[in-house]
Amino acid sequence: MSAGPVLVFVEVRADGVKRASLEAISEGARLARTLGTTCAAIVVAADPSGAAGQAAEFGASLVYTAADARLKNYAPEAYAKAVVAARAASKADTLLFSATSMGKDLSPTVAALLRTSVAADCVEIKVEGGRVKGRRPVYAGKATILVSFATPPAVFSLRPNVFRAEKSATGPARIEKLALDLSDADFRSAAREIVATLKGKIELTEAATIVSGGRGFKGPENFHLRDKLAEALGAAVGTSRAVVDAGWRPYPEQVGQTGKTVSPTLYVAAGISGAIQHLAGMSSSKVIVAINNDPEAPIFKLATYGLVGDLFEVLPILTEEAKQALGK
Amino acid sequence: MDFVVCVKRTPDTTTRIKLGADGKDVDPQGIEWVINPYDEFAIEEALKLRDKAGSGTVTAVSVDPEANSTVMRKVLAMGVDQGVILQGGGNYDGFSTAYLLAEALRGMKFDLALFGKQAIDDDGTQVPSMVAALLGIPRVNVVTKLELGDGKAVARRQIEGGEEVVELKLPCVISCQRGLNEPRYPSLKGIMAAKKKPLDVKKVSAPAAPLAVEKMEPPPARPSGRIVADLRGKSKEEIRAACRELFRLLKEEAKVL
Repeated sequence: MSAGPVLVFVEVRADGVKRASLEAISEGARLARTLGTTCAAIVVAADPSGAAGQAAEFGASLVYTAADARLKNYAPEAYAKAVVAARAASKADTLLFSATSMGKDLSPTVAALLRTSVAADCVEIKVEGGRVKGRRPVYAGKATILVSFATPPAVFSLRPNVFRAEKSATGPARIEKLALDLSDADFRSAAREIVATLKGKIELTEAATIVSGGRGFKGPENFHLRDKLAEALGAAVGTSRAVVDAGWRPYPEQVGQTGKTVSPTLYVAAGISGAIQHLAGMSSSKVIVAINNDPEAPIFKLATYGLVGDLFEVLPILTEEAKQALGK
Repeated sequence: MDFVVCVKRTPDTTTRIKLGADGKDVDPQGIEWVINPYDEFAIEEALKLRDKAGSGTVTAVSVDPEANSTVMRKVLAMGVDQGVILQGGGNYDGFSTAYLLAEALRGMKFDLALFGKQAIDDDGTQVPSMVAALLGIPRVNVVTKLELGDGKAVARRQIEGGEEVVELKLPCVISCQRGLNEPRYPSLKGIMAAKKKPLDVKKVSAPAAPLAVEKMEPPPARPSGRIVADLRGKSKEEIRAACRELFRLLKEEAKVL
């Protein structure tokens, strides 16, 4: 495979560029340096100017923009058209997306138009013999596969929170406006509106810290102990499938093979024994703290630090100490 | 109304994954195959909508190089009217699977093509979007609420911290997320009836898979951890001291706070 340019899709939401996109641009810039090529970015938005500047700061030397008032909300076909146009203009051989909700939706749409697949949710990108390869978990992390593409373009999506975002000193980027001919058909799957459901809370898949509570909480009435520790740590809250199946907590909090796969910097598992399907969803966390009264619980095999004890005794004190440790 | 449900058989979530001899795939020995859990939401939604419409059929389609009919019979036992297995040789990736499904769907009459939001084996999360793109029809993924009327579908799609509301013209592709419905268990009557339902196996060939697996490996081993303290039966002061020690480790050793 020739080492043609790298193109990174930059996701813009109401509150600006997604953190995961900054990680993807940084990885794109690192990859371009390894390949001896350049890293371009594509920003699709009603007003892409701010995002284009950020893409440049994080290492894109050329930023394509697609601006149109109708692009304010996510519109898969129109966004895909913009990425395909940017790919044609840049002659990119490698396309990077973040494996966010939008990235997981958009990357296969673009790939289908380019008649290729997506190496989805990669945790590592590397170059071997001039070819770009991706390592990705399968079976929710029970195994990993190293994959590569037979011919360019290669399309990868990157798991959020795994790749390092870093500002780059490449200097200001060239901005190139794409002229897109958008018709109604390009908005056939567009989001009409966005409804916030997590008001003021942190989304699990984006959180740097997560506190999860399992069946050890003994009932829905005790989950305030988890929530208080999470609040002290500025963490998102998670739970196990057993708890969701019992109806104690809602499904969006479920971490595991049939819930969310997360990779925070710090994962605190309280009252979770560690069923294989839960471990699959959180085992790529950087540091794991387990609190459980059963010293034989499988979670301790995975935990960086373990506290054996009754969570009803430990959590309130741990919460006080968390506030102390973080100066709150 | 007519519905297509695209299904996949996957190992049960309690399966321990062993690597196969070729080092590129799992060892199929001892795997218990089930309907991909997310596909059950797609099946349930199709059955519910068919019954509400009072007419029409639900057809399940599966790409399966081994043409394993056991899992497809379970799909039929839930109440699906007929099954089609697309059988070909070789390894399939996201694009080649989507290509085969799109080719099959082109020849079928349907209002909705439903999928699970992802298969829990390769977690590729791409086939529904690709099928819609190849067919040139609207689609919405990760749906937790769906309403039909006037030749349109209104869906709620789960995103980070919220939902997108999407309105689509039929026919369209919908991929289903937990929360959309409660999948039924097959009844004894359903299981008996499934044995007599039409199940076609069609030989197909797909374009070469663009994506190749070079090797499969166990997940990277985590550095072994340690028990900071055993606090069973200990006093509050001892618990507090252990909590302090934990935060010291998180700050100074792990450097994550």
